[in-house]
Amino acid sequence: MTDSKTLPSGRTPITAMEMRQITKRFPGVLANDSVDFDVNGSEVHALLGENGAGKSTLMKVLYGLYQQDSGDIYINGQLVKINSPTAAIKLGIGMVHQHFMLVQTLTVAENVALGLPSSRGPLTDLDAVSKRINELADTYGLRIDPDAYIWQLSVGQQQRVEIIKALYRGAALLVLDEPTAVLTPQEVDELFVIMRQMVKDGYALIFISHKLHEVVEISHRVTVLRNGKKIGTRPTSEVTKQILANWMVGHEIEFITSTEKIDPGAVRLAVKNVTCDSDRGTVGLDDVSLEVHSGEIMGIAGVSGNGQRELAEVMAGLRKPTAGRIYLEGDDVTGCEPDELTNRMLSYIPEERMRDGMIGSFTIAENMILREHKKMPYSKYGFLNLKNISAHTDQLIEQFNVKTPSQKTMAKSLSGGNIQKVVLARELSRSPHAIIAAQPTRGLDIGATEYVREQLIKQRNGGTAVLLISEDLDEIFALSDRIAVIYEGKIMAILDREEATREKVGLLMAGVKQEEEYA
Amino acid sequence: MISDLFSITVFLGILSSGIRLATPYLFASVGEAFSQRSGILNLGVEGQMLMGAFTAFYVALNTDSLWLGVLAGMAVGALMGLAMGFVTIHLHAQQGISGIGFYLFGLGMSNLLFQLLVGTVETVRGFPRIALPLISQIPVFGNIFFNQNILVYLAFLLVPISWYVLNKTTLGLKIRAVGENPQAADSLGVSVNRIRYFTTILGGTLSGLSGASLSIALLNVFQQGMTAGQGFIAVALVYFGAWRPWGVLAGALLFSLVNGLQLWIQVLGIPIPSEFATMMPYVLTIVVLTASLSKVRAPAALTKPFERE
Ligand SMILES: Nc1ncnc2c1ncn2[C@@H]1O[C@H](COP(=O)(O)OP(=O)(O)OP(=O)(O)O)[C@@H](O)[C@H]1O
Ligand SMILES: [Mg+2]
Repeated sequence: MTDSKTLPSGRTPITAMEMRQITKRFPGVLANDSVDFDVNGSEVHALLGENGAGKSTLMKVLYGLYQQDSGDIYINGQLVKINSPTAAIKLGIGMVHQHFMLVQTLTVAENVALGLPSSRGPLTDLDAVSKRINELADTYGLRIDPDAYIWQLSVGQQQRVEIIKALYRGAALLVLDEPTAVLTPQEVDELFVIMRQMVKDGYALIFISHKLHEVVEISHRVTVLRNGKKIGTRPTSEVTKQILANWMVGHEIEFITSTEKIDPGAVRLAVKNVTCDSDRGTVGLDDVSLEVHSGEIMGIAGVSGNGQRELAEVMAGLRKPTAGRIYLEGDDVTGCEPDELTNRMLSYIPEERMRDGMIGSFTIAENMILREHKKMPYSKYGFLNLKNISAHTDQLIEQFNVKTPSQKTMAKSLSGGNIQKVVLARELSRSPHAIIAAQPTRGLDIGATEYVREQLIKQRNGGTAVLLISEDLDEIFALSDRIAVIYEGKIMAILDREEATREKVGLLMAGVKQEEEYA
Repeated sequence: MISDLFSITVFLGILSSGIRLATPYLFASVGEAFSQRSGILNLGVEGQMLMGAFTAFYVALNTDSLWLGVLAGMAVGALMGLAMGFVTIHLHAQQGISGIGFYLFGLGMSNLLFQLLVGTVETVRGFPRIALPLISQIPVFGNIFFNQNILVYLAFLLVPISWYVLNKTTLGLKIRAVGENPQAADSLGVSVNRIRYFTTILGGTLSGLSGASLSIALLNVFQQGMTAGQGFIAVALVYFGAWRPWGVLAGALLFSLVNGLQLWIQVLGIPIPSEFATMMPYVLTIVVLTASLSKVRAPAALTKPFERE
């Protein structure tokens, strides 16, 4: 705790923010039902709940993006009206959004400067902004090139830009909506260092995450929402991961991990000496060779931005390699369109599911059959069979526990985690021969995470070849039969699970190769 | 004869009329580029030009002041831009359809007003040529480039200015952001609607000016439907120019040069059917657009209405 009167930015701190009896209704959904929530200066208050529990909605009310139907907000004891983000920013509230609020075609500096007054009046002062960004980056260890375009950055780097954007605006209260979902464990540690520093400086922080160990580690208090209602608030020191899990879901849940080894079959998915460019024009993949067998999960471990995205896109036919060949079930499919690969029963779970995996203005049912709509039983002679589609969708909604008012709801109005579930349900339910899964459990609550992992294991046991790209080492270790480590576009080593330890993989991820050990 | 086309005088003549004829395209296209960069497709440019052309002509005719005419043409364009903004931004009307509505409105209204208020063919004096000191003395080329009327100079000046505004000012940054990702801009406190109103009004103003440049600076007469599709070509030029002022300039010059060529073909009595000659710029529009469109990406939020919830 600090007793200084101002924050480092010179602004008066928010010592107490209180939301009282907030209710927010969407058509068919009561997203927030008389929720009380508060946060104090020099505190991290964690907000927990399953996908669709209403966390983001509550935070968007606080940030002025949504208007509550009823309820009041008080800052430092005073009733405030927050009817726009401008009002929120003025009051000292900043938000790092679950789905990035970045303009892809602008640079980092331009995104940061957007909407701020410039020191040069009507002219932009991007050089000054870049300098400030670099200073912030130095203080908080958030390295980023201010002149890079957003579309050139990995998801993890984009997240950094979001954090910098909020810090840059000198907010006194910062909402972090699932900031760690896209970060590597090391990056999460770095973020926590920043957060602790901010707490010491007097900031009020609201932290949303589905990873209970993070909540236990970083927060002072924790509040749980379920189905839009507040279940309770407690000091973090009085809870454990298990207690939180039960509290959230309302019943016991078990953490499954182990997978009994089965004998892998023929090679299903392979790349040989593949090289490709990244979006920045630099080398994305450098002479990569990999084989994934039937009945095997191959995990790709690596720090965000080391070629994972390029690898997934090359294998899914979305990016053309400059050299090398790609094989699916023994056939050379180099240069095949994604369509053709889909017909050959390759499933692809893209990293950016909002952008690449679904159509926001389509209904859930339409999104569920995006891939299979030309086939029986979903269509015949070009006519959709709505009855079968509807039955299939209902079944998937039930199996994957998608929280939605109906299957006719537009996909974009679902909660973040439920959007993920729609894509996963579609890709996993078509009995693929091979799956490329990029960050498949990112943003999912614990229940859904376990379900998806179970499904991946079930697919593997049924003979599917699974390429699992994940920055979550726990996930890699929990599911993979073999682990390939990628660094700067090269495969550093491929290890059997038995010989892979966290230390070994960690070193390889940092680019340290110990030839003698693996020779 | 065909060989006449290749003489130096004709070449210079084409260049000279090409530069003059680029003027209305430049005003209208730059305006349209601003509105499209912010996410609004305005197909009503032609109608705004016609209203601007008539108003400028009428005011100039009756007040004997060309500048009052220019101002009046711009004001009417601005009003139509405001109306376009209200319909698309406020009422979320489909942009393409509203634009066509405004085109038809401008076409009919300018005809009606002309018949009611003028009725016969009248001419105005028009802006005189201004030879810029010194540089207009450069042999051969000086006279082509630097002996034009004021609106021609203004149109060309508009290109670097608008490039500067789009790329170097906070306003330009907001415009670009709003056209790509209005949600992101909104979350940083940028008023999406205010920016879009600004660009539609600016677009209307420049379309009005474009029309005025036709009726009181280039042709010095008002005829019904005198824009003859130039407003639509101006929209196409924005695509051709990849939403960038310099690209728009390149497109405007290309089209006006072809137009100049076409005029000279008719003047010289070269035995190509005049219908065919007149078609040239339009055929070129289609060819060039199909060739250029595949490569450039439009602003991501173009034609998409913005709503917070
Ligand atoms: N703009 C919207 N229109 C309609 N319904 C919405 C909208 N935003 C959210 N909802 C609904 O409100 C409920 C709560 O969603 P919210 O995004 O707050 O969940 P969340 O707790 O953040 O979940 P997650 O962990 O998946 O991000 C969901 O049922 C969702 O479908
Ligand atoms: Mg959420």
